[in-house]
Amino acid sequence: MPEAATAVREITLAEAVREALAEELRRDPKVFICGEDIAEAGHPFKVLTGLVQEFGPERVLDTPISEPGFTGLAVGAAMTGMRPVVDIMFGDFIGLTMDQMVNQAAKIHYMSGGKWRCPMVMRTTLGATRRSAAQHSQSLHAWMCHVPGLKVVLPSTPYDAKGLLKSAIRDENPVVFFEDKMMYRLKGPVPAEEYTIPLGVADVKRVGEDITIVATSSMVQIALGAAKLLDEYDISAEVIDPRTLWPLDEKTLIDSAKKTSRVIVMDEGYGRYGVTAELASVIAEGAFFNLEAPVKRLGAMHVPIPFSPPLEDATVPTEKTVFDAARALCGK
Amino acid sequence: MSATVDRTNIPTKADTDLWLRMYRQMLRIRKFEDHVNDLYTRALMPGLAHLYIGEEAIAVGVCEALRADDYITSTHRGHGHCLAKGADVSLMFAELLGKEAGYCKGKGGSMHIADPATGNLGANAIVGGSTGIATGAAFSAKRLGTGQVAVCFFGDGALGQGLLYEVMNMAALWKLPVIYVCENNLYNEYTHMSEATAGNIELRGPAFGVPAETIDGQDVRLVYRTMQRLVDRARKGEGPSMLFCNTYRFHGHHVGDVAREYYRSKQEEALWKTERDPVTLMFKALISEGIADQGALEKIQSEVETEMEAAAKFGVDAPYPSSDKVDQDIYA
Repeated sequence: MPEAATAVREITLAEAVREALAEELRRDPKVFICGEDIAEAGHPFKVLTGLVQEFGPERVLDTPISEPGFTGLAVGAAMTGMRPVVDIMFGDFIGLTMDQMVNQAAKIHYMSGGKWRCPMVMRTTLGATRRSAAQHSQSLHAWMCHVPGLKVVLPSTPYDAKGLLKSAIRDENPVVFFEDKMMYRLKGPVPAEEYTIPLGVADVKRVGEDITIVATSSMVQIALGAAKLLDEYDISAEVIDPRTLWPLDEKTLIDSAKKTSRVIVMDEGYGRYGVTAELASVIAEGAFFNLEAPVKRLGAMHVPIPFSPPLEDATVPTEKTVFDAARALCGK
Repeated sequence: MSATVDRTNIPTKADTDLWLRMYRQMLRIRKFEDHVNDLYTRALMPGLAHLYIGEEAIAVGVCEALRADDYITSTHRGHGHCLAKGADVSLMFAELLGKEAGYCKGKGGSMHIADPATGNLGANAIVGGSTGIATGAAFSAKRLGTGQVAVCFFGDGALGQGLLYEVMNMAALWKLPVIYVCENNLYNEYTHMSEATAGNIELRGPAFGVPAETIDGQDVRLVYRTMQRLVDRARKGEGPSMLFCNTYRFHGHHVGDVAREYYRSKQEEALWKTERDPVTLMFKALISEGIADQGALEKIQSEVETEMEAAAKFGVDAPYPSSDKVDQDIYA
């Protein structure tokens, strides 16, 4: 697999997602995309621009505004030979699809004793600070992580987004793929040649010695920014991105925690009963006797996401929040 | 059913063979369910059992009009659909009893029997929950050009679920080969459908441009002939349709729902059982039309009883799965 560091070409996360979809649509005639305003409109975030021109309206299928309906249709299509990629415009709308994801897609393989399969992908978004208020800003991926039978992917770079999405489409199980809507314009190196990234392998985004920051999706860039600030205080931060929350690469997290002995876990979902709670628990159980301090969790405040900019900005962790937390943990 | 033979349309040997087969299939469902009732009341069967007794003509009439590779989705009251589509009754009993030899290795039980070999996409314990899956299977059939159709069985209770109308909208838009078969047994669990269902239910189809009709669901030949027409239409690419079959659940919502007088009268139950029993109606018709004599039909009864006794015994005698199977089949 080519490493990101050796690639010279830089594209945005939106372009990486589009390339992954286009390549998989070209590779496998059974792949199709369905969702609201995804064809000529190319999705409100313009992630899908140009796909309908290449693949036609049958494979880039505009649906009615019926999230439960087209998700349910995708479950049935996946069971019977197609490989649907469902587009849920905002992550907040997954609530509408929950019966089809939780009781149908996630369960059919197990309930049928392994006889039926449901190879589908649901792509949707997370992330606040777009001034979109409480119904278009949430990061609800923890809901999906709670359900056996689903896989959950959260890319944080264009390189990861492309390689993970291709693997998700080729997976034999229902996979929910959360993209941070604020990162679509983030640029990064992505090789032009074919590659995939396996689900269930964490990535060390930055090597460090004094503290581990485990961060997901939108929080990875925040963690990397904080790590630079911490350098100035002689605190060497390691940044680990699990990339997939299920399957979860527990070993990489625990090994890093054992090495540094101090850990911050951060995720843009709600902290309470959330992803950070689970990651902190995995680390506490796996590295307890190596830890110098309790695992610190940083996530969204436990409030509906407000509209007013100063209020909304207060709900999510920033580089400063991480910087302060890391210094406190390291006693510097 | 008129007792007068229509001399202008004398049935062929193929017709009479089919009718005898349909009688046998209805009887197999009846006897299967009698054994389920017996196993349950003797505390040999765990969980819940929702008996199909009284509604046999619908499953048989519908499935006899289908190809072996056509799809069905079924409901919590699904034993009849499963059997009529060709399932092995020994494996059904084993599944109902939670045994390793069952259709789903004991992981699904009464409400989740699924069988790819007979096109059974699975019984579903979420009311209306399979309407998306059936529509998606029809979507695959159309995209892959297989000529298959999908039948979505559901009860009058599912008329309250929004998913049905979302997927009917898409099935009509895209002319999908799906037939929505409503088994209207008059009761949403313990509530008369008139208390839960406004308006004219037959008009729900035409509102989407989906033709709908209502028939006597106790007349197996009428169900069969009607379905032949709707299946033919779907296979020719003329799109979805909706069929309401008027029927009655002879037993309670589930075995154990014994004190039912608060929601329906004993007189009403007695009337359906004595006047509208689909198995008895077919028995009488076959004799009055000179297709079979009483001895021949009693021979079928005895053969079916022998078959069901052996199948039930197979289920009872079969071993439970070992506990290490519990976390297998979660992911494909």
